[in-house]
Amino acid sequence: MADSTAPAIELKGISKAFGPVQANKDISIRVMPGTIHGIIGENGAGKSTLMSILFGFYKADAGEIWINGTRTEIPDSQTAIRAGIGMVFQHFKLVENFTVLENIILGAEDGAFLRPSLAKARKLLKQLSDEYALDVDPDAKIEDLSVGYQQRVEILKALYRKADILILDEPTGVLTPAEADHLFRILEGLKTEGKTIILITHKLREIMETTDTVSVMRRGQMTATVKTTDTSPEELAELMVGRKVLLRVDKAPAQPGKVVCKVDNLRVVDGLGVERVKGISFEVRAGEVLGIAGVAGNGQSELLEVLGGMREATGRVEIDGDPIDLTGRLSDGRTRRKRGIAHVPEDRQREGLIMDYHAWENTAFGYHDDPSYQRGFLMDNNALRQNTEAQIEKFDIRPPDCWQTAKNFSGGNQQKIVVAREIERNPDLLLVGQPTRGVDIGAIEFIHKQIIALRDAGKAVLLVSVELEEILSLSDRIAVMFDGRIMGERLPDETNEAELGLLMAGITDTAEAKPELELQEAR
Amino acid sequence: MDTMPKWVDALLVPFISVLIAFLISGVVIVAIGEDPIEAVKLMVTGALGSTYGWGFTLYYATNFIFTGLAVAIAFHARLFNIGGEGQATLGGLGVALACLFIPWPHWTLALIGAMLAGALFGAAWAAIPAYLQAKRGSHIVITTIMFNFIGAAVLNYVLVNQLRPAGSMDPASARFPEATNLPTLHELLAPIGIEFSKAAPANVSLLIALLSCFLLWLLVWRTRLGYEIRAFGHSETAAVYAGISPVRITMIAMLISGALAGMMAINNVMGEAERLVLNSVEGAGFIGIAVALMGRSHPVGVLLAAILFGFLYQGGAELALWTDIPRELIIVIQALVILFTGALDNMVRSPIEKIFLARRRARQAAQAVEPAE
Repeated sequence: MADSTAPAIELKGISKAFGPVQANKDISIRVMPGTIHGIIGENGAGKSTLMSILFGFYKADAGEIWINGTRTEIPDSQTAIRAGIGMVFQHFKLVENFTVLENIILGAEDGAFLRPSLAKARKLLKQLSDEYALDVDPDAKIEDLSVGYQQRVEILKALYRKADILILDEPTGVLTPAEADHLFRILEGLKTEGKTIILITHKLREIMETTDTVSVMRRGQMTATVKTTDTSPEELAELMVGRKVLLRVDKAPAQPGKVVCKVDNLRVVDGLGVERVKGISFEVRAGEVLGIAGVAGNGQSELLEVLGGMREATGRVEIDGDPIDLTGRLSDGRTRRKRGIAHVPEDRQREGLIMDYHAWENTAFGYHDDPSYQRGFLMDNNALRQNTEAQIEKFDIRPPDCWQTAKNFSGGNQQKIVVAREIERNPDLLLVGQPTRGVDIGAIEFIHKQIIALRDAGKAVLLVSVELEEILSLSDRIAVMFDGRIMGERLPDETNEAELGLLMAGITDTAEAKPELELQEAR
Repeated sequence: MDTMPKWVDALLVPFISVLIAFLISGVVIVAIGEDPIEAVKLMVTGALGSTYGWGFTLYYATNFIFTGLAVAIAFHARLFNIGGEGQATLGGLGVALACLFIPWPHWTLALIGAMLAGALFGAAWAAIPAYLQAKRGSHIVITTIMFNFIGAAVLNYVLVNQLRPAGSMDPASARFPEATNLPTLHELLAPIGIEFSKAAPANVSLLIALLSCFLLWLLVWRTRLGYEIRAFGHSETAAVYAGISPVRITMIAMLISGALAGMMAINNVMGEAERLVLNSVEGAGFIGIAVALMGRSHPVGVLLAAILFGFLYQGGAELALWTDIPRELIIVIQALVILFTGALDNMVRSPIEKIFLARRRARQAAQAVEPAE
């Protein structure tokens, strides 16, 4: 049936340049109605730019947009919404202290008075919820809802505006595996009702499991559009990167040595007085990678920040048997580095790098008081630059130019600058947070290899990641955090994503999983 | 992203901004029925046409270099110190105390002593807002501007009740002793055969200001402390990650800033007035903000912007003296310069950037014999 009708969306020869950067180059794509169409590509491949053009945020330099067989100009997002396009952003655009209902009508109220709009919306919301199994309490405040529910509100917002075409940008980044599965069930439901869905992601598994058709983007160009059933993850990865990629990390079994880092009853209270880490204990040994899995916001970030010297805590942490200060002046990053702790932070742009510094200035960041970088009162910038040149070469950082500012590097190369800086200090303990977030597949492979190489050199590695696949492939032991506690430890060979997913949702007993899961979701 | 050549960014853009400001000023002058060409001629000859004019221009510029550098170093730590006025006022008090109560044998020693005293008082005046910002999170813009008023009140009290010589009706200190009088440019340049106006107030402090520019450049771009200050200014979370203490950097940057503002007093109090009077700063603390903005917080930019504003001050005074153009118009011209170089910077910058990038792309396209990828 699909072939006989006009495509829901057809883009013809879309091009868009930002200055000298060609973000989209002659892109043509046909999305048939009633299908789930995946768009996959590395960070910076131009997926988001393309969708922003479709949603009226940017104006294309060239090309045409056809919607349901008619040529349409989309100068702004209002027009896009009127044309039946709904967008669910990666970062939700919801008012935290408004109710679900208030958020849904926001910007689509009819008239100056809210009451009639709210009553109308409530009726429509009930109808939509029943139709698509999207049940949300209309009177709940957004701040009280879990991330999975907030996302449903975003979807309802789009449906309320009568969207027939739904675009989801990296929708599973913040979800537990169970929540992600639920989302995909909802999308299936929407599809059967005749909606068209465009799913933007960099996760191969999601593409394989949910889409009907998939388009691959690389460096601003559409490299292929294939039926999902006719392709494989390996082929898609190759199309994305342009060469063969090793999806699994090759590594020898770990040979754990002495305990390098011992954490005992660590507690962290944040600025608002909320306890974020609730008394956790664990050990990391030399020559092993301890992976901390968990959904973002369950205390892993705080744990890393404490160990890296960015946050104060109570409890006891020993490095090589000697305690380190958890409060006061000697609990800072400088002192931590002197104790042999290196830290690849979760957010390279806000923490790990000074985005306006040259690459060579960034390779000293955190180690800038090292005596080898000093010459009398002044900093030895020549030594710094030489050091940077060496790291650029060894870590294949591109462009190989130490005078580029950090913001001019791609995400993957920015991360390589951080990883190079931290690994080259040859630390006893390496803290790694989200090492491959927003990093292209090619660089992921490289960064993973470097982490394993450090482990094989007999160093301890503490890895925090929300990507289960990454945790499973890198770790020698896995601890799962939920709500500030460690729910359990598993060995990667003896567990699977399903079991870890339950732990990540706070369920320790798999037999009781079902009822508790629902309880959890209803929260 | 691609960028423009450095000289365009640093010189051409501000130059065009200043040009536009002057054009609009010309329109205003026409509107009040005067001849703009005549006015510009008068300003230029008045400020730059004689060593007398230069002497005043450079004297004002010296003030603005100190306060401009003060604002610039705070900017590097993303601190908006608008308390230069108060810090320079207190610096004046420090300089006056040093000159009045210590029997200096020679002006060189007096200069060093007065510089230290001015810097100390200025830094102390900046230290309180800095501490409140670092430890309590009180916004530095609010606290520094409040301290301007407190500083003015303190000076008023000290001059009227403590430093005023008995019997004098003037709220000013006694004259400083002869040994503390600084050599003017006339005295400095005479031995090398340059005839410089005797009456102009520009003095040896100018050299100290130039030295300060160099030292500040060294500090910001060549030392560990400068590295930390800039890093903190770009991203506080990143600074914490690197083990740079926000409290320490806030304090140090503000102390340096206050010290520089306070050092201005060696020029206006010690070099020119040779006694401490009320309102000796004459708004230089605020002009410093415009100078730092226009100079993009770089010492060379600050130097050039300070000379421009020195020219506007002196040229404006001449204009008010010889024509019917009211003194207030000078403030209009200064305001337009600040508006265009500071607030409306992007209005000029982005079209120029587009032109340059388009030209470069065209050039590259012409050169590309084979496609890069």
